[in-house]
Amino acid sequence: MAQGKGGRAVTHGAATGHAPAQSFLRRHVFSVDHKVIGRQYLDLALVAVVTGMVLSWIMRLHLGWPETPVPGLGKLAPTGAAGGVITPEFYLALMTMHGTIMVFFVLTTAPFAGFGNFFLPIHVGAEDMAFPRINMTSFWVTLAAFLVLVSAFFVGDGPPLSGWTAYAPLSAVGKDAGPGQGVGQTLWAVSIAMFCVAQLLGSLNFIATTLDLRTRGMSLARLPFATWAWFITSVIGLVAFAVLMPACILLILDRVAGTSFFIPAGLVISDRLQPHAGGSPLLWQHLFWFFGHPEVYIAILPGFGIVSQILPVFARKPLLGPRVFIVCLIAIAFLSYTVWGHHMFLSGMNPVSATLFSVPTLVITIPATIICLLWIGTLYGARLRFTTAALFALGFVSVFVSGGISGFFLAQPSTDIYLHGTYFVVAHFHFVMGVAAMFGIFAGTYFWFPKMFGRMMNETLGKWHFWLTFIGVYCVFMPMHYLGLAGNVRRYSAFTDDYLQPLIPLHRFITIAALFTGAVQLIFLFNLIRSRLRGPVAPANPWEATTLEWSTSSPPPHDNFGGHPPVVTHGPNEFGGVGPQDYVMQAEPR
Amino acid sequence: MGRLFAVVVTLIALASATIFALHIWWLPPDISTHGARIDRQLNETMVVAGVLFVLGQLALAFFVWRFSTREGGPPRPSRAFPGGPTPLVVLATVLVGVEILVLTFVGSKVWADVYQTPPAPGALQIEVVGEQFAFYFRYAGADGKFGAMHPELMNDATQNFFGLDPANDTTARDDIVVGSLVIPVNQPVVLRLHAKDVNHSFYVPELRIQQDFVPGMVIPLHFTATKPGKYELVCTQLCGLGHYNMRAYVEVKTRPEFDQWLKERAAEL
Repeated sequence: MAQGKGGRAVTHGAATGHAPAQSFLRRHVFSVDHKVIGRQYLDLALVAVVTGMVLSWIMRLHLGWPETPVPGLGKLAPTGAAGGVITPEFYLALMTMHGTIMVFFVLTTAPFAGFGNFFLPIHVGAEDMAFPRINMTSFWVTLAAFLVLVSAFFVGDGPPLSGWTAYAPLSAVGKDAGPGQGVGQTLWAVSIAMFCVAQLLGSLNFIATTLDLRTRGMSLARLPFATWAWFITSVIGLVAFAVLMPACILLILDRVAGTSFFIPAGLVISDRLQPHAGGSPLLWQHLFWFFGHPEVYIAILPGFGIVSQILPVFARKPLLGPRVFIVCLIAIAFLSYTVWGHHMFLSGMNPVSATLFSVPTLVITIPATIICLLWIGTLYGARLRFTTAALFALGFVSVFVSGGISGFFLAQPSTDIYLHGTYFVVAHFHFVMGVAAMFGIFAGTYFWFPKMFGRMMNETLGKWHFWLTFIGVYCVFMPMHYLGLAGNVRRYSAFTDDYLQPLIPLHRFITIAALFTGAVQLIFLFNLIRSRLRGPVAPANPWEATTLEWSTSSPPPHDNFGGHPPVVTHGPNEFGGVGPQDYVMQAEPR
Repeated sequence: MGRLFAVVVTLIALASATIFALHIWWLPPDISTHGARIDRQLNETMVVAGVLFVLGQLALAFFVWRFSTREGGPPRPSRAFPGGPTPLVVLATVLVGVEILVLTFVGSKVWADVYQTPPAPGALQIEVVGEQFAFYFRYAGADGKFGAMHPELMNDATQNFFGLDPANDTTARDDIVVGSLVIPVNQPVVLRLHAKDVNHSFYVPELRIQQDFVPGMVIPLHFTATKPGKYELVCTQLCGLGHYNMRAYVEVKTRPEFDQWLKERAAEL
């Protein structure tokens, strides 16, 4: 037993500890070791992101050249793309699956569950998560949820096509509403409900571990920034997923048990009067966005934490305003629950409430702006080292600013009247939660890979990956703002309206840029695989960083610290001294 | 490497901003009475957001340029930001706070004028049904009254898009149902949006108007068109496989043309 902060007993060995497993299955597959589980989440996210990206390629090809067959696609999807040309319903299915896979199984899974699982226990100086078995359960439920979702591609009446938001009643009434509204849509709802269960378990574990398993000297003020971000993200997740899960259960009941939570009376679909009455389509929207907007912060706050942890290391000076940063994270977490109605300005809800939702949406830009200024202020007087991790962290700041600023247009009901439902929205959320979160994931990967696998990644390949990706994402997503300003509606499988014809060349430019940027990711994949097998052996602290993971070997031993729980004597932010060592490690003996 | 980063970020910021500023892709001309205020709000937001965007990116680029470590250069100690985080917190709070106040006070009025004020008395009443994947419009006819809608009678095969019952309902007999929205210029119009099956949305970029159709709700929407012509109405709420193809025309006619058109439709009944 070691003494925790404030004399609280912190167990090492008894409650959470477990002997190293012996069998292959227990060590590498059904492992309760948080490091194995973290890597499993990241591997799942990698499979998911490749799937989601390939889906987006097919969509982009179709949008640029709707009549041109995609070679080989006809064989892969004989009903959805006979002869290689995709049908409108298959386009919408690709879009639905792309959005669902990316938001849930990449942007939530990688930066939060993946890196968080691996590093949060090490950051606080613990041997493992508070509840290792629950931790293992949450991963396997997440994997099962992913398999259920992907299985929707192979069911008889086709994959779901209601979008990742699954607005009712389209998603609720079943087969009458057209293709994709049969078993596929039910599988979607089951998958998301399962995902919610997994994330609830994961969030509980993160919170308990952060609060109860901190090693001696690890006060809250000394928690590394990434762990602060994962902790606050867990609190957001605990409330958000607890709302989405019942919403999905109600949706499943509407679909299979004949209830009418989201379906009002008098609907005539395919010339058939629906046997439902009493439900409200807006109820689904409120429940979904009550989850959906905090979800944006679930995806991006870990990125905030990762960048705030990485920038000081490569700037060789402390993060400016560490307490301000944490206060801003907490403010964002609170505000994230007050803004969901900005997705619904034109939904038919009371127009007075639009103003009420607009104000907190605009106010949330204040803590976000402060955080951006803290990052830029951290660079002042720095001695920047341009590793690939540093470049992706700096790139994160750039793309997050670009994505955040377009929020000003969509947060105001008056300008949203014109821009709602257009590519302007697509541009906004791809920059602010897609690309920015991906840059956080890339920065985290290049930064932590040596610790996770004991080998260094190739920096030359990493830098090529950064430059081509950075320029590529701007070529893909910046023009989508222009499309939105011209009134280009999103979620269209083809642009046949007269006023959209002049925009098709811009769509083709975006398609080419998207294929290019996607192809560039092969450099990353190659680097990942080659470095894991043949990369130079990593020292314990290759970046001269301060947090506890760098005090142990690369990769860390089974119990993280080799039976000697660290005693923390310093904060995570002590850089900038002069002399041979310009930093102080958290576990440095006084 | 730092200088390359600074140059790339600067080029991206300036190129993106220039394309916005030159209006190479921009909104179509406004043809509504309320649209000018939306456009002004959008332009003001564009200026403020544009300045913040360019300043933010340039500050990032400048600091990265200025404070990168040169290979083989003399070691130098790092320096703290003058004044600590407080000036930045004050700057962000004041700058963004003032902007939020201004945008909200001006913008809320624009929003309220479109969505929170009742339509002008004497506005032309038109009922609209959105269904997979078409819009239909109904005018009250000579009696000025709309026949009641009966969902169980809605049927595309018999073209009874509004579920009317002319056999028993005298007010329904002269209702005019068409597939294009035809309205007189400079005449306030109030639409009542009915969704027959799933969510749809009513979006006419030139009219600067957008509103969802929601099953179970009847949602009023009013505007006044100021320029005769033919415009495209599109659906912006995902409604199924034919979503991309769900559209109708809005024909804005002069008063005499409109009266003539309505008379011809009534004669066809």
